[in-house]
Amino acid sequence: MPKTIMTVDDSASIRQMVSFTLKEAGYNVIEAVDGKDASEKLVKAPVNMIITDLNMPNMDGISLIKFARSNAPTKFIPIIMLTTESQAEKKSEGKMAGATGWIVKPFQQEQLLAVVKKVLG
Amino acid sequence: MKDKHIETFKQEAFELLEVLEASLMELESAPDNEELIGQVFRSLHTIKGGGGMFGFDAVAAFVHNIETVYDKIRNNEISVTDSIIDFTLKAKDQIYEMIRSEKKDIESDSETQEILNFFKNYLGTINTATENKPQEQNNVEDNNGQIIVYHIYFEPFEDLFLKGTRPTGLLSEIAGLGTSIILPNIDRIPFLNEINPETFYTSWDIFLSTDKDINTIKDVFIFVEDDCKLRIDKEDTGELKGDAEYYKALLEKKNSDSITKDHSQDIKLNKPGIQNKSKKDKQHNEKESSSSIRVSSDKLDLLVNLVGELVTVQARLAQTATTSQVPELVSISEDVERLTWELRENALNIRMLPIGSTFNKFNRLVRDLSKELGKEVELVTDGGETELDKNVIEKLNDPLVHIIRNSIDHGIELPEKRLEKNKDRCGKVYLSAMHSGTHVIIEIKDDGAGLNKKGILDKAIEKGIITSDAELSDKEIFSLIFHAGFSTAKKVTNVSGRGVGMDVVKNAIESLRGIIEVESKEGEWTKIILKLPLTLAIIEGLIVRIDKECFVIPLSFVEECIELTSAKKEETNGRNILNVRSEIIPYIPLRDKFDLKENMPEIEQVVIIKDSNLKAGLVVDEIIGEHQTVIKSLGKYYKNVEVMSGATVLGDGTVALIIDIPKMLSEEIKLEEKQYHKSI
Repeated sequence: MPKTIMTVDDSASIRQMVSFTLKEAGYNVIEAVDGKDASEKLVKAPVNMIITDLNMPNMDGISLIKFARSNAPTKFIPIIMLTTESQAEKKSEGKMAGATGWIVKPFQQEQLLAVVKKVLG
Repeated sequence: MKDKHIETFKQEAFELLEVLEASLMELESAPDNEELIGQVFRSLHTIKGGGGMFGFDAVAAFVHNIETVYDKIRNNEISVTDSIIDFTLKAKDQIYEMIRSEKKDIESDSETQEILNFFKNYLGTINTATENKPQEQNNVEDNNGQIIVYHIYFEPFEDLFLKGTRPTGLLSEIAGLGTSIILPNIDRIPFLNEINPETFYTSWDIFLSTDKDINTIKDVFIFVEDDCKLRIDKEDTGELKGDAEYYKALLEKKNSDSITKDHSQDIKLNKPGIQNKSKKDKQHNEKESSSSIRVSSDKLDLLVNLVGELVTVQARLAQTATTSQVPELVSISEDVERLTWELRENALNIRMLPIGSTFNKFNRLVRDLSKELGKEVELVTDGGETELDKNVIEKLNDPLVHIIRNSIDHGIELPEKRLEKNKDRCGKVYLSAMHSGTHVIIEIKDDGAGLNKKGILDKAIEKGIITSDAELSDKEIFSLIFHAGFSTAKKVTNVSGRGVGMDVVKNAIESLRGIIEVESKEGEWTKIILKLPLTLAIIEGLIVRIDKECFVIPLSFVEECIELTSAKKEETNGRNILNVRSEIIPYIPLRDKFDLKENMPEIEQVVIIKDSNLKAGLVVDEIIGEHQTVIKSLGKYYKNVEVMSGATVLGDGTVALIIDIPKMLSEEIKLEEKQYHKSI
């Protein structure tokens, strides 16, 4: 059965790109526009992995990671955060909150797939 | 495949730039508002991120410095100044251009450089340390073909599972780099009754023989380096020297030799502390955003069109059902009617947008214009939540721009002049919208010099629009400014007076079936009033019949209906006026006007209509009733027909013409004036 990955980003273009890349690679994809949307969708449908932006309105990536880690169905799933070069402190904050890994923007499709494969096994 | 996403990115970026501009304008008056600063930062951040992703490297590079400045503002290292906002607004225009034209490189023109230098200087004077952190080394390098045996010690912390990491994945990744022997240490695993399934107990010693360098191995552990004890040592060269037993023995020997050495070589044990709590709290307070999807407006137009057709067919069904008197059919017909009505309301509602977004655009216009003209002007908006059909809003933009330009250019005086007149230095332009029945009223008022009646009259006479002996009311004088070719500006400025006059504005508003009026008090204020229909697609109409023809009168103009007996007609000696509760109202016999002579009924009906302050009666044979009218244009062959604004299909399939009330009244007034002049 194909694994389901949730992509969370307030930027529609990045969401679309991530989603497209993952779907092409054979994954199921659920999209969410921000942490709040994601947390609501996570309750309804199980996912195998989350890829989330950090800077988002309503509920940011760090809060989403904390939310996921404190709820049984998502407690142990891999969570990848999308960061930029200049966000070193955000990265460690995300790591503290329970993120599995990160991808530095801008990234290529191949990089994204490599990381997904790495953490999803 | 990238191209596919570029369009999405562009559209998104343009929207973000709008948000950016609006936030900046607000920030100007509230420079400490953290929410606004956050919004500006996020807009820039997303544009930069997307720019990098979709090949807009120039945009990403350009935005980078600006974003950094706002990050510092966010962290209270810099405070917002007018010049920062000024330059960010300029930058916004540049970014827009760069994205629109898909520029690959940053322009070397003076303006771009000026903006870049401004923000760079800002960073320079405060702190240069944070710029350009070196990127993580991801290069895979060989050891020049040399094969090395590494000893890797990997001990994840107990909470590894809570980071979503699968250690077995890491091990197989390591195994994929060469030949390896992996030795687990299971000493820490407690008895079954003490095991916490969420806790991690195992560690590994790995001997790996590979031609890859140490960085490649470190890369495998890149995500867990903060969550484990990791040691990578060069053990030997060449292939592995023996089997698992051999290396187990080697390990035991090593451990007994050097226990003390271990700790000094641990890589990064310290976890960074939690920072910026306040920042997170702030983001929780952000406004709720409703989730939405994008649909092209063509699809919406089609939907509304289809709903329009459905309304027509439903009317036919209702009519057939009523005549058939089959109870079941009537009941079905009523259900369809209810559903159609709901569908119509919803379909039209989808196209309704608050006019506020259009209003916000004008902040920038007012700001730039007033600076250019050396005036101080403040834009005050009200009723931005008022909803109007998307098509109406779009077509309203240009006329509004023109009116506001006029207000600032011709209306608002220079600050010194205003002080002389005991006015506030800073002029005000009020822009407001409100609902009024099936219409929306938009008012643009400025507290400037007002309209100069004499100036207008002189000009109108000079241009031959009126004769010098004409006696005009104030309202008529003011409305002269809408006459084609009328412009009182003494010189052609960059702002208004480009040959496009208020007549263009008037035509634009009338093409939206709207009405434009002007009021003014000399020396004090000018007010332009636009009255617009909520939607262009469907109107409520009153169906009337003359002989065998049906006509539709837009219900918004209808005041009341009364009977016209031949006795009443004789009372006024054929002068076509009525006395309605002691009010004298002229009427237009539509039979004469449309040249329909047959089957004159005994008692005729008068529909009293009101347009602005003008009341009149339209005489018809019979009033049939209210009808939801889907407006169809008459087509190009009839485009010159003035008194009909369109046509509609009635329930029984016949076509009824829709009467354009304002046009008909003004035409009638013209006719009347001509006859009056003739009679003198």
